[in-house]
Amino acid sequence: MSHDDVLNPKSMPHDPEKATLEGKNKFLGFWFFLGGETVLFASLFGTYLALNGSTQGENTPENLFGLELVFIMTMLLLTSSLTSVYAMYHMKNNDFRKMQTWLGITVLLGVCFLGFEIYEFYHYIHEYGFTFRSSAFGSAFYTLVGFHGGHVLFGLSWIVALMIRNQKRGLNLYNAPKFYIASLYWHFIDVVWVFIFTVVYLMGKVG
Amino acid sequence: MRGWMGKFRSLFLFGALAMILSGCGVDNLSALKPKGYGAELLLDLMMISIAIMIFVFVIVMAIYAFVLVRYREKKGQEDVIPKQTEGNKSLEVIWTVIPIILLLVLAVPTVQATFDLADQSTQGDEGVLTVEVTGNQYWWHFNYEGEELATSQDLYIPTNERVYLNMKSSDVIHSFWVPTLAGKMDTNPGENMNTMYLEAYEEGVYWGHCAELCGPSHSLMDFRVIAVSPEEFDQWKEDMRNVDPEAQPETTSAQEGQELFNNNCMSCHAIGGASMGVGPNLTNYANREKIAGVFEPTKENLVDWIVHPDEMKPGNQMPANLVTEEEADKIADYLLELDHSEVGKDLPTQAPDEE
Amino acid sequence: MSTAVAQKRGLGAAIWDYLTTVDHKKIAHLYLVSGGLFFLIGGLEAMIIRIQLMKPDNDFISAGLYNEMITMHGTTMIFLAAMPLIFALMNAVVPLQIGARDVAFPFLNSLGFWLFLFGGIMLNVSWFTGGAPDAGWTNYAPLSTTSPGHGVDYYVMGLQISGAGTLIGGINFLVTIVNMRAPGMTYMRMPLFTWSTFVTSTLILFAFPALTVGLFLMMFDRMFGSAFFDVALGGNVIIWEHLFWIFGHPEVYILILPLFGAFSDIFSNFSKKRLFGYSAMVFATVLIGFLGFMVWAHHMFTVGMGPIANSIFAVATMAIAVPTGIKIFNWLFTMWGGQIRMTAAMLWSIAFIPSFTIGGMTGVMLAAAAADFQYHDTYFVVGHFHYVIVGGVVFGLFAALHYWWPKMFGKVLNEKLGKWAFWPFFIGFHLTFFIQHFLGLMGMPRRYWVFLEGQGLETGNLISTIGAFFMAIGTVIFLINVVYTSVKGEKAAADPWGVGRTLEWAIPSPPPHYNFVQTPLVRGLDPLWVEKMDGKEGMTPAEPLGDIHMPNASILPFMMSLGLFIAGFGFIYQVDNSAWLIAVFVGMGITLGSMLTRSLKDDLGHHIHKEELEADIKKGVAK
Repeated sequence: MSHDDVLNPKSMPHDPEKATLEGKNKFLGFWFFLGGETVLFASLFGTYLALNGSTQGENTPENLFGLELVFIMTMLLLTSSLTSVYAMYHMKNNDFRKMQTWLGITVLLGVCFLGFEIYEFYHYIHEYGFTFRSSAFGSAFYTLVGFHGGHVLFGLSWIVALMIRNQKRGLNLYNAPKFYIASLYWHFIDVVWVFIFTVVYLMGKVG
Repeated sequence: MRGWMGKFRSLFLFGALAMILSGCGVDNLSALKPKGYGAELLLDLMMISIAIMIFVFVIVMAIYAFVLVRYREKKGQEDVIPKQTEGNKSLEVIWTVIPIILLLVLAVPTVQATFDLADQSTQGDEGVLTVEVTGNQYWWHFNYEGEELATSQDLYIPTNERVYLNMKSSDVIHSFWVPTLAGKMDTNPGENMNTMYLEAYEEGVYWGHCAELCGPSHSLMDFRVIAVSPEEFDQWKEDMRNVDPEAQPETTSAQEGQELFNNNCMSCHAIGGASMGVGPNLTNYANREKIAGVFEPTKENLVDWIVHPDEMKPGNQMPANLVTEEEADKIADYLLELDHSEVGKDLPTQAPDEE
Repeated sequence: MSTAVAQKRGLGAAIWDYLTTVDHKKIAHLYLVSGGLFFLIGGLEAMIIRIQLMKPDNDFISAGLYNEMITMHGTTMIFLAAMPLIFALMNAVVPLQIGARDVAFPFLNSLGFWLFLFGGIMLNVSWFTGGAPDAGWTNYAPLSTTSPGHGVDYYVMGLQISGAGTLIGGINFLVTIVNMRAPGMTYMRMPLFTWSTFVTSTLILFAFPALTVGLFLMMFDRMFGSAFFDVALGGNVIIWEHLFWIFGHPEVYILILPLFGAFSDIFSNFSKKRLFGYSAMVFATVLIGFLGFMVWAHHMFTVGMGPIANSIFAVATMAIAVPTGIKIFNWLFTMWGGQIRMTAAMLWSIAFIPSFTIGGMTGVMLAAAAADFQYHDTYFVVGHFHYVIVGGVVFGLFAALHYWWPKMFGKVLNEKLGKWAFWPFFIGFHLTFFIQHFLGLMGMPRRYWVFLEGQGLETGNLISTIGAFFMAIGTVIFLINVVYTSVKGEKAAADPWGVGRTLEWAIPSPPPHYNFVQTPLVRGLDPLWVEKMDGKEGMTPAEPLGDIHMPNASILPFMMSLGLFIAGFGFIYQVDNSAWLIAVFVGMGITLGSMLTRSLKDDLGHHIHKEELEADIKKGVAK
């Protein structure tokens, strides 16, 4: 097929993710998608802020949250964003092995984050009896943080699928945009978490 | 505020408009026939906006008609190619600036009226009445604050006084609307209480609607506002305070009805007092304008209503067939004897048929 | 594979072709047919509503059924009729207008359609499974959260699925317009229909996620016991209203803007003149889009937001009248000095101007916050938004369909029947809705199952019902026209109106599936007109004749949507019986599995070779 020459040139261009029209479209389309995602999370944040006082009892943000655990989670996710930057750096240098390695580390950090989050939820439910159904605050909290958690899970599955799929054949102009937008998604998740950390946890503890 | 708007109305266009529109609808229901402060203010605002809009519409239609008549393609002109004009800067400026000015003319009284109707400055003052309004599926409860008295469906107010309404809902969102007296306001469940005020200029029975979809019987959630002179209103309050829930009715049938009522209906309905139960407070029931807000106050309708409320107002909470037809007959006798006040009886009850 | 080949291979193959197609022109057909069907269903519901309100105290249908009718009429018309019909036009026209061979994401384009269709079917299945949603198309909590049965659950799942499809469609058009324009097609040379598609897509992108969140909260409350709208647990019902209208107000501009674009193209064409004030028109479109996001709370003046918020939203709303006015005047002056040819498309467009002006004016009246205390939730509002949506959107759809029908199907709709359809519809429309303004002011709230005798509302309601029948007659004549044309219509030329100005008229009707044999070179606004004025036959190519790369068909979009459809039922009924969770897992499995397949399996598309193109040119199907 003539495609192989097009997709596997002798030397990779500087921006392999935007070298083809398909790549450019994916790149731009994904940015638009993230714009929509921003509205989605903005709506969830709005809902949370409207309801975080409706605690119906003892389980207030102040009593529930512990900043130590959340701080570790934040560090994990921030670091994973950094490692995905490294991965993209190696993609641009056409160094597939190193890219895979850094993506692997990213995934590992993401899994740890997710583990902590599950532990956190488990802790609230079993130690405090604080659930999705116990108050409007509970509903808003689990929905906002849970949506983010769901995004983390989806992002992890996506990156892992890409890593396994391309393990044998390496990088080309067809899959480079896919890796790139997956890493964009990962950054977005990280940014959302920074807001969750601030609005939900810090403001909940201090405000 | 009303002063300078009143002057506007004397202008010819306004006068003509108001004349035409006031032919619309029946007294005591139509928003175009205001009988109170809010409704009158809003009709003035409507008139200003309609006048501006008609002005714009006439201009647009003049250009439109001219263009359509003048520039139609005629036979034999199929190959003519008109001049390809790009546009015209000054025209663009004109039709940007003039609408902005017209909108400002409308925006000023709009903002004024919006703040005017939200005014609560005198609420809580000595002698200023506040009524707690609660919307329910599908009836209204009116609790007179600080007065230990309450009614359902018929809200009595004094004329020429501001009456504040604190509004909420016990279930879904409703909206309280008496078109001839004032605009509407939603009653929300939970913490979101709203306040508005009514001021009726004339004595009368004013028709009210629920204006927010609230279930199958949304269209049957009517109520009345009965405005009487302040003296009569005081009398009414006096009568209502003196209601003795245990008073013995006159006829035997009604006495049995009272017994039945106490055994079957009291868990939801109260007579006397200011409490709101699961169902409407039935004090002064015989004075009601309508049964359940919409049906003519005949005994036949009342018996039907007691036995088959589900058929008459679909989806309402009152259980059907709680009592038999004969029992309902006696209860109806009892309820129709709950004639607690003479106030308001001389008012023409409903305007509609007169038109 | 071209259409002709598919037809030769029989019905089964044709169906398979449409199930798997990623060709924007065929997707346009799919949108048109399904949107048209839903339009007829919604119309039928409207007729039932009008019959019920024909006389006072009528009992043609029961109160509960009536609420289901109004809910489904609104929901169907907005989400399942107007939106897909607009998407049909966008798909049929936008790639052609910018000189593209396809959209940016053909696969997602197909996915968007199937999501919409399955969402729409889901919503309508509720009629047969114990009752449709009955809390109004606005679905306010807590009426919706406490509504018995599963009607509202269908609303939530159906709109969630079809809403996702719309969002995907919006992103697709944004990227298509940014990345796929032919050489020389700068932003300020794009036809107004393309411009308005661009702005509309932006609105979709930023408005629909708010609805998505609202629907999720509603879903969690109804199906999983959360407490967002449960005041007993501290919930707040106003959140739904805000989320709904943050979506809902941009939505009305999402509906009207594309038709503004279509009208601009039509006025310019049939006046044989360049659009008057092109840059002002573009600016006005963008401004309307922008302001559309700032005004949602004018639907909530009576909620009790206080005078400050009410005033701000009132003034912001009035401001929208300015760019809208700019548009009206520019249309009038486009015709001024032109050679107006009164085709059926032009007739609908001409009728649009006074109708929409009235709708716009009552819109300004409604914007006056205090006065809205009287108008709100009455027939005045019903009159207003039907003037805007029927007088704007539906007139626009009819105009645009007449105008682009030859490009979509290769045959010109019969002009005489077109005009016969117009008159009863136009007269019926004004009969139905003009009187409703007065009914509202006379004290008739909207969504009333019955009005009582003796309230002075009898005559108005009767007139309104009679008008509705006229509209139905017009619609039927249009349908007859469609059938008549497909049987007897003549084959359309590339530029059947003879006055085509934009790129779609430079290629055959219907175009080959790769649209342009050679990408055209655009030399100005109204590119075809520019070439015509230079005495040329068609566009100058921007590239030599060569192989064309096209995307492959795929069944995966259909499967993904089907999976969500199945999962939707699972979510609805797991409340009654947890065995239904199996449907959730099976459905989500199909969807996620299809997504995984899409991600892992390379789809590099295929090439149409130069020789085939030369053969097509010889046959006259390409140019």
